[in-house]
Amino acid sequence: MNEILNPAVERLQQQFKGQVSEFRGEVTLLIPAEVNVDVATLLRDEFAFDLLSALTAVDYCPQTHPRFHLVYIFYSTANKVYLNVRAPLDGDTPSIRTLETVYPSANWREREVWDLFGIHFEGHSDLRRLLLPPDWKGHPLRKDYPLGYEEVQFTFNFDEIDTRKPKGEL
Amino acid sequence: MREIQEFTLDELKIHLSEKALSGETVVLNMGPQHPSTHGVLRLILELNGEIIVNCIPDVGYLHTGIEKNMEAKTYQKAEVLVDRMDYMYAMGNTLVYSLAVEKLTGLQPPPRADAIRVILTELSRIQSHLLWLGTSAMDLAALSTFLYAMREREMVLDIFELVSGARMMTTFIRPGGLWRDVPVQFETMVRDFTKVLPKRLVEYESMLTHNPLFLDRTKGIGKIDTQTCLAYDVTGPALRASGLAHDVRKSNPYSGYDLYDFDVPTQSEGDVYARYLVRIEEMRQSVRIIEQALDKIPYGPVRDQNYKYVPPPRSEIGVSMEALIHHFKLWTEGFVPPKGAVYTTVESPRGEMGVFLESNGTPKPYRVHYRTPSGPLLHALPVIAKGHFVADLIGIIGSIDIVLGDCDR
Amino acid sequence: MGVEPKSGSSGVMTTSLDKMVNWARTNSLWPMTFGLACCAIEMMAMQASNYDMSRFGMELMRASPRQSDLMIVAGRVSQKMGPVLRNLYDQMPDPKWVIAMGDCASCGGVYNNYAVYQGVDEIVPVDVYVAGCPPRPEGLIHGILTLYEKIRAEKVTDWK
Repeated sequence: MNEILNPAVERLQQQFKGQVSEFRGEVTLLIPAEVNVDVATLLRDEFAFDLLSALTAVDYCPQTHPRFHLVYIFYSTANKVYLNVRAPLDGDTPSIRTLETVYPSANWREREVWDLFGIHFEGHSDLRRLLLPPDWKGHPLRKDYPLGYEEVQFTFNFDEIDTRKPKGEL
Repeated sequence: MREIQEFTLDELKIHLSEKALSGETVVLNMGPQHPSTHGVLRLILELNGEIIVNCIPDVGYLHTGIEKNMEAKTYQKAEVLVDRMDYMYAMGNTLVYSLAVEKLTGLQPPPRADAIRVILTELSRIQSHLLWLGTSAMDLAALSTFLYAMREREMVLDIFELVSGARMMTTFIRPGGLWRDVPVQFETMVRDFTKVLPKRLVEYESMLTHNPLFLDRTKGIGKIDTQTCLAYDVTGPALRASGLAHDVRKSNPYSGYDLYDFDVPTQSEGDVYARYLVRIEEMRQSVRIIEQALDKIPYGPVRDQNYKYVPPPRSEIGVSMEALIHHFKLWTEGFVPPKGAVYTTVESPRGEMGVFLESNGTPKPYRVHYRTPSGPLLHALPVIAKGHFVADLIGIIGSIDIVLGDCDR
Repeated sequence: MGVEPKSGSSGVMTTSLDKMVNWARTNSLWPMTFGLACCAIEMMAMQASNYDMSRFGMELMRASPRQSDLMIVAGRVSQKMGPVLRNLYDQMPDPKWVIAMGDCASCGGVYNNYAVYQGVDEIVPVDVYVAGCPPRPEGLIHGILTLYEKIRAEKVTDWK
């Protein structure tokens, strides 16, 4: 592990009971979901992690505990290191506190996670859909949402698909 | 077919000031189809006369569902979808995906592949900056710059066509190295280009850099300081123009960038003119990197010989049983990387582009997420554009250089 | 054959109404900028000086639908953009034509999923489909010349 990350990781492990793992030179910290704002404030103020590089989620659908992992990736421009932090979430409409007050860039990122995964962020100033139309039903990037694959029109089934396909009129 | 869904003023209440609801300021729609928004971006402007009081970007008009589609395809097939995301830096999307897969699987691209990757991505960066120069100068009414910039860009696209067969969406950089070795004329064509470009850059600078009309429209307009940049996660030329010299090629080098000697241009003003100067200087530094890479390029293979992940050459399939079996497995099932998650980044012309790749031991990627630089730039646009005229807004959108395919994926 | 032998000394030429109207329509088609994604960049390359579009009378790209006759849909059409496209098509005055440029506009292209319309002909009637991902500027010019042939074959009796 990078020596620069050592103090930050040890402090987080002691204070918030996180679990550390390492894979291909990257350090990941698994923390309980309730303490995400405190972890972020600590990293920003004391350990100079000034950029929230990425905020995304992973859906482990048939598995219910945990169902989602919310992934935060922090970066420090002074020390040039990345730190991954994961927060497990359960249930069909999980909820977690927003990071917007600590890192303003989390605003749009959390809107995108709400749009595509359905994870609700408490305290967010403007939680509405970002990428899909406002009346869309469902959250596409969940594993139980279908891809929306449409059957391809070849010559042998051209006419039967043609009757079903919508057509634009003049 | 769907109906258009409109926002009511109520829904946007937290963004608009009180004057909008009473009618003192005008709420105007700068719609998805507009000649100077560089793609399908919708802006809802609140105007007090000509001055912008608030500006609300509405994105999602180019959402393609790439991340979900990649989960349904194997690793090799998913790479094709990725090319079309940030369509101005086509080589870079595949580069960052290949770097992520290589980090996950432990593949090592040989030094010749690294050097050619550097040359191709720097050419891609030059091509993106040339298009930016042409279109943003055209927005500020310097119409001839567009035609001159496209002339140089055609030279770069000819090199891409020589190497891979396609002008823009090449899918040439693959996990393990490159698709195949470059032809013999590659070096001559690239050297011709690097001789021609610096002289042409002098021509562009003579047209714009000290032009009083250009200076009036760009100096002092659209300022953003380093604190705001870091708060909104803005990276790339916008951050460098505000003073902080942060470049992924220097701080977390990849593909052998630490072997080459180049500067990271910065300015301190943070306005439209500073971003223009930073990008022109970046083009010169890219030429410097390409010349060094061409001088140092070694001979050797261009793809890692690990046939569990990389297809064996066709000539071996007829004579070796293992090569035939590897070929069969790779084309029917695909390769299976170990379980785990990685995050790799490269420097795109707009900022830091990263891939978060998680695999669960199956031939299809479990979760791919692209951290793209255009989203934060758009998020910071209301802060940059407050208090400016509508005509300045056009210049600002041109200078932050967004690509909507990047933002919406 | 030039104009002088046909007109003789009186300065009068005879032709059919079809041919004259179609000649006038093809020689100054004004396209509307509807560049959405990567194909838009190839459309801009076609407008630049290497593959010049103004030889066909199309150097002006009118951004306003009320002043254009041709809509070149260049790029993928997502769920949010579909109704906007139809809205703009409805605002164009007759006669109007549509070219679907690229694979994503013709049939959904590489993307067969929830977010992309599988072909822009689900929304507007298309006259010419140009294949390619993205099509070369010469490919798009070939598409425009195919549209010229189609327009030249129209007849006055077919007008609605």
